[in-house]
Amino acid sequence: MRIVCPFCGERELGEFTYLGDAKPVRPSAGGSEHDVFDYLYLRDNVAGAMSEHWYHGGGCRAWLKITRNTLTHEISSVEPAAGVGAAKVGG
Amino acid sequence: MKYSIFSLARAAFSGHKNWQRTWRDASPKDHYDVVIIGGGGHGLATAWFLASEYGIRNVAVLEKGWIGSGNAGRNTTIIRSNYGLPGNTGFYELSMKLWERMEQDLNYNTMVSQRGVINLYHSDAQRDAYARRGNTMRINGIDAELLDLAAVKKMMPFLNFDNARFPVQGGLLQRRGGTARHDAVVWGYAHAASALGVDIIQNCEVTGFSRDANGKVTGVETSRGTIGAGKVGMAVAGSSSRVAAMAGLRLPIESHVLQAFVSEAIKPLIPNVMTFGAGHFYVSQSDKGGLVFGGDIDGYNSYAQRGNMPVMEDVCEGGMALMPMIGRVRLLRQWGGIMDMSMDGSPIIDKTPVDGLYLNAGWCYGGFKATPGSGLVFAHLLARNEPHKEAARFRLDRFRRGAMIDEKGVGAQPNLH
Amino acid sequence: MVSHAQTHRLASGGLIDRSAPLNFRFDGKTFAGFQGDTLASALIANGVKLVGRSFKYHRPRGILTSGSEEPNALVELRTGARREPNTKATTAELYDGLEAASQNRWPSLRHDLMAVNQLFSPIFVAGFYYKTFMWPAKFWEAIYEPAIRRAAGLGRAAGVADPDHYDKAWAHCDVLIAGSGPAGLAAALASGRSGARVILCEEDFALGGRLLADGGTIDGMPAAEWISRTLAELASLPNVRIMNRTTLFGVYDGGTYGAIERVNDHLPSPPEHQVRQRLWRIVAKRSIVAAGAIERPIVFAGNDTPGVMMASAMRTYVERYAVTPAKRIALFINNEDGWRTVETALGAGLQIAAVVDARPDVSAAHRALAAKAGFPVLNGFVSGVDGGKDGVRKISVALVGGARAEVEADGLGVSGGWNPAVGLTSYHRGRPKWQDDISAFVPDSAPPGMVAAGAANGAFGLGACLRQGFAAGVAAAQTAGHGVPPVADDEAFSLTPLWHVAGKGKAFVDYQHDVTASDIELAQREGFESVEHLKRYTTLGMATDQGKTSNVAGLAIMAAVSGKSIPETGTTIYRPPYVPVAIGAFAGHHRDENFHATRLTPSHHWAAEQGAVFVDTGLWKRAQWYPRAGEKDWLESVTREVKAVRGGVGFCDVSTLGKIDVHGPDAGAFLDRVYINTFSSLAVGKARYGLMLREDGMVYDDGTTSRLAEDHYFLTTTTAKAGPVMQHLEFCRQVLFPELDVQLTSVSDQWAQFSIAGPKTRDLLGEIVEPVADLSNEGFPFMGAREVPLRGGIMARLFRISFSGEMAFEISVPARYGDALVRNLMLAGKQFGVTPYGTEALGVMRIEKGHVAGPELNGATTAADLGLGKMMSTKKDFIGRVMAGREALVAPDRQVVVGIKPTDKTRRLRSGAHIIPKAEIPGPDHDQGYVTSVCFSPTLDQWIGLALVERGRERIGEIVHAHDPLRGENYDVELCNPVFYDPDGGRQRG
Repeated sequence: MRIVCPFCGERELGEFTYLGDAKPVRPSAGGSEHDVFDYLYLRDNVAGAMSEHWYHGGGCRAWLKITRNTLTHEISSVEPAAGVGAAKVGG
Repeated sequence: MKYSIFSLARAAFSGHKNWQRTWRDASPKDHYDVVIIGGGGHGLATAWFLASEYGIRNVAVLEKGWIGSGNAGRNTTIIRSNYGLPGNTGFYELSMKLWERMEQDLNYNTMVSQRGVINLYHSDAQRDAYARRGNTMRINGIDAELLDLAAVKKMMPFLNFDNARFPVQGGLLQRRGGTARHDAVVWGYAHAASALGVDIIQNCEVTGFSRDANGKVTGVETSRGTIGAGKVGMAVAGSSSRVAAMAGLRLPIESHVLQAFVSEAIKPLIPNVMTFGAGHFYVSQSDKGGLVFGGDIDGYNSYAQRGNMPVMEDVCEGGMALMPMIGRVRLLRQWGGIMDMSMDGSPIIDKTPVDGLYLNAGWCYGGFKATPGSGLVFAHLLARNEPHKEAARFRLDRFRRGAMIDEKGVGAQPNLH
Repeated sequence: MVSHAQTHRLASGGLIDRSAPLNFRFDGKTFAGFQGDTLASALIANGVKLVGRSFKYHRPRGILTSGSEEPNALVELRTGARREPNTKATTAELYDGLEAASQNRWPSLRHDLMAVNQLFSPIFVAGFYYKTFMWPAKFWEAIYEPAIRRAAGLGRAAGVADPDHYDKAWAHCDVLIAGSGPAGLAAALASGRSGARVILCEEDFALGGRLLADGGTIDGMPAAEWISRTLAELASLPNVRIMNRTTLFGVYDGGTYGAIERVNDHLPSPPEHQVRQRLWRIVAKRSIVAAGAIERPIVFAGNDTPGVMMASAMRTYVERYAVTPAKRIALFINNEDGWRTVETALGAGLQIAAVVDARPDVSAAHRALAAKAGFPVLNGFVSGVDGGKDGVRKISVALVGGARAEVEADGLGVSGGWNPAVGLTSYHRGRPKWQDDISAFVPDSAPPGMVAAGAANGAFGLGACLRQGFAAGVAAAQTAGHGVPPVADDEAFSLTPLWHVAGKGKAFVDYQHDVTASDIELAQREGFESVEHLKRYTTLGMATDQGKTSNVAGLAIMAAVSGKSIPETGTTIYRPPYVPVAIGAFAGHHRDENFHATRLTPSHHWAAEQGAVFVDTGLWKRAQWYPRAGEKDWLESVTREVKAVRGGVGFCDVSTLGKIDVHGPDAGAFLDRVYINTFSSLAVGKARYGLMLREDGMVYDDGTTSRLAEDHYFLTTTTAKAGPVMQHLEFCRQVLFPELDVQLTSVSDQWAQFSIAGPKTRDLLGEIVEPVADLSNEGFPFMGAREVPLRGGIMARLFRISFSGEMAFEISVPARYGDALVRNLMLAGKQFGVTPYGTEALGVMRIEKGHVAGPELNGATTAADLGLGKMMSTKKDFIGRVMAGREALVAPDRQVVVGIKPTDKTRRLRSGAHIIPKAEIPGPDHDQGYVTSVCFSPTLDQWIGLALVERGRERIGEIVHAHDPLRGENYDVELCNPVFYDPDGGRQRG
């Protein structure tokens, strides 16, 4: 598998580590036990195109949101996580 | 026909023309007391225990392909009961005891070979963790020995003791651990269950559940028509989420690919099952002579039943680091199985929130060695509607309660278990 | 020793170098061959027919093929540590001094007593072992299995460490081509001329594929000339790389391919500083599989007799190697291609005994040839072979119409048609499709970017191979400028499917595994009809040849007995690697000391000079203790180090801790979300101990974090979690809390950090820190953190934190000054008796202080379990807060950290012992916890420890059993406060 890092270009699988499904969203402060349980433990476990968190630890340390087909391993999109990048300037 | 050396000899005279099918090729009936989805080791064992232990013989096992085509036929055949946490310890020992009588139970030689499983340790911290686990085993009446370096050298003089990056310091040995012939386990259960009246239905894919007005499951829709069922049990590790989704359930499970490897057949080289404690590598040698080995999962969700080279290289690096004598032995085949990776690394055997639907899932790497135990406790659950005492901790709600069974202590991240 | 004459070498011809004679040994006998031979061709040159024994029945076996599909002619190549079992004689290049031995026989190849197994062959049918060896149960491990294991297996591995090196490399290209036959070379021409970056892999040492044996005319010139012209043109193109001795064995995701290059296997051993083999990871935009086709046997009684050989292999041996597998050859064929062997044999002056052609309609031209050469053409089937280990003597033929014939011959060439090499195209679980006109499976789908061309795609004519290869090359290059395609005529091809000739006697489908046609029938009878069941029950196709010659025939026979068509029966899943690959090649240099990287601390070289004993901590080497002359064991050294710290001053390298700079206006807010306690309120110039949870509420990591400026924190992690915590924090920052203005920088390797501890710490620091820095308790109080100038001008960070429980500082300097700092500490500290201490003393002092570390932070403990529950803020959200409140995580009967002391003060403790109530018998119901950490405490003069014990904190003072059956120990310990030393902390604050 090869991933086109938006910052580093196309790189080999071994440079990346995987976290999992990017669909569950962490409940904001005040989230109930039920909500956090759902976020943390339950999975759609998609057979097909799935949005996932990957970390380019062997490169730029960016967290990436990758759409990948779990049946074929084909990658159809790679986007940087929302908070990637330099410090915000001027808010 | 009973299998024995005598029946074989008799058959030889007739050119082996009189052997019957190992299991009947059944067609689906309209209704069964219990329908089990999944003709792998667990599903077939469940059927056999239902019929033999619990007297429920009106049972069908549905398999979408050929029996044993999932993880039962693509694992590395290791059996052991060297677990450290309550829940796992007792369950895997129950399973081990059933392995020890399997051939006589089933009248089928599944080649259970208790050649010993040794986990090697390479640091004081690892020794201490193994000591804790080994003592747990002993307290539960399970055999375990903590070997020092001299004892390991004597048992496996071929390991790299001279210039290893992480020198072996000792190991935790379970002599009763070993291997079994994986396909034969499937065929043996099919053979014995079929003889007790269980219908084994191949090429029968479940496409949905029939539910009554109250939501209770009353049967399954399949590629061979609707089949009614008093109860439905799922034993489809690797596909658990997909099948459960047909009943509207989301599970604490991800599907991951685990690669396995076998070398060319060579004369006996490795006497037991070994796990490397400083890398991802475990190995045994099959009766046919191939080194059967594996390592870690690839680490990303997958249903593809094949993996990639980084893990393949990682595994071989571990092998060479542990025993550089295998450098010239050739890797013959590689393949991948789809693991039900649960959120704490331990299995789930429980009723589901859907009335009439029962779940046997989340086996991670532990599925093969669990086969007979899983069959017994799942049969118990299906027959009695309450968990077997050795499976009482494998509940689906344990994640909600916080009662995880996390042997590795890595939390709710399946690819780390 | 005198070499045997090459009795079966033709006087001229072949692609061997007759000016380079080579000697080699097989089973102890010396023979001669030439450069350019394989071991198989050289054995044939010397008239050797018996080369191996089969797996189960130990039947005598010869050479069946001339390539990597060989099932029979397997040898142990080389000797000693370089012995390679199961090496195919057909692909082993001959070199001077080669030594090979036959395998799986005892005592010798000619007289193999294990052949007694054949007497039991009526019982040793497929799967017989599943039906017996069950009684008595104990006999399996004791008797049956050891006997089976000894008999099974083929060759013997060396059993000692592989002395050779392996390399791993990456290559990138636009077009990757597998195979250098006509299709592969044409593809290389087309894509290479277009300017595409091309890599062509050929498993053979010679380039040309079947052209080397079958010749032909291309562009009006003989094939050999076309090959050399083509290679010359390709060599002139800098964008084309040709790799011979290189097999493309697998295809992985994203256009990544695996290839194995046998760099030096054609030499006795690799030249110095060179590798034996190299594993290539090739990344290609497109690939063309031009891997050819494999001729398939026909299953008939006696088809495994030495001297029975694939018809195309016979041509290869005669044309390429100028050796004669037989003098009087019979052929058994069902297709046109087999007749080419007739022409080759006649051309070499060999006799044709007969051609048994299963097809009713042999062409007039062939009949004329037969008449001219004086051999009969028999329309029928070979039904038996008379012969043995010395080869074929006679064959029996069942003629169409019922008559029988016998033909005397010393060799039998067989052709059952050709199977395209569909492996590579099928490794992504694509199933090939059946093509009726050639009765073979051809690629249907292929992994992304891959196409098949030529014979691998079912196109068997030379012209078609060139056309398909060239077209594939043009398409793959995706640019213009490919020039003119090479042209040749297509040979006629006709085939009548024939898989199995029924009859008496063993007819082998899978030669190596001794799977016969009747085994397949038995499998079907017993319900193993699925091809995967068939494979697993009979072991068909699971031998070292991966079923290259057997799989299709096996499933054709299964189809026939189960009354289905071959496509209905289907194929098994194709699994890489295409040829077996040495495990060492996958490991490369990652073995021995180089298995993983080694990280050295800034003080490592200095510590090594002191004679420190090092311990592996992850990838780090850390000083474990510093033995001094006269000390009898580690305990004496460690005890001395602890006493020196507690009584004076010592230092320890703690640079392995993870270090992260946290910058930005929201740095404090960020830390509040990742730690359970609050950091936004931490004053500048102060440090605080922090605890992180995982989202599931379990403790993840701990460490001190200091606020060096309003918008700058310096965070430390444990050594083990340095990488994972960085990844976790980046996840929090980038994914969970992108709204926060904060940046993270890993500075673990940028700072050398030392803990300086003991009552004389200030005295020592005073010697190296500029006097302007006020180190007094008022000027630099406990948990202070700030920069100070060192004498000599560099700035250091100083943190007044203590793990040992003594008055202590941690000092950080840029890593490049670490070595100088430690040497200066020794010089300056001499007057105070400064003592370097290692990780053992560090561990002793932390246990004396009751600090938790790795054994307690085991991923299954909560903050409360560790006695740190009060740190959890109730005023803010943080990772893990919600899940930490689950019922089982706050249950009163959890195992929590306590101290333990043996009631017998002389007793040694061991980690891993379990805690059992005093009144109970050990058992699962009374297993209440375990000992996590122990040490001999020089301060208390006895062994002490920490344990996780059910309700432990409520049970201080209770005597319990430490139960350790693994080590045969069971003794009483008292549960106590885990802080053994200076419980009110006066020393560290003083």
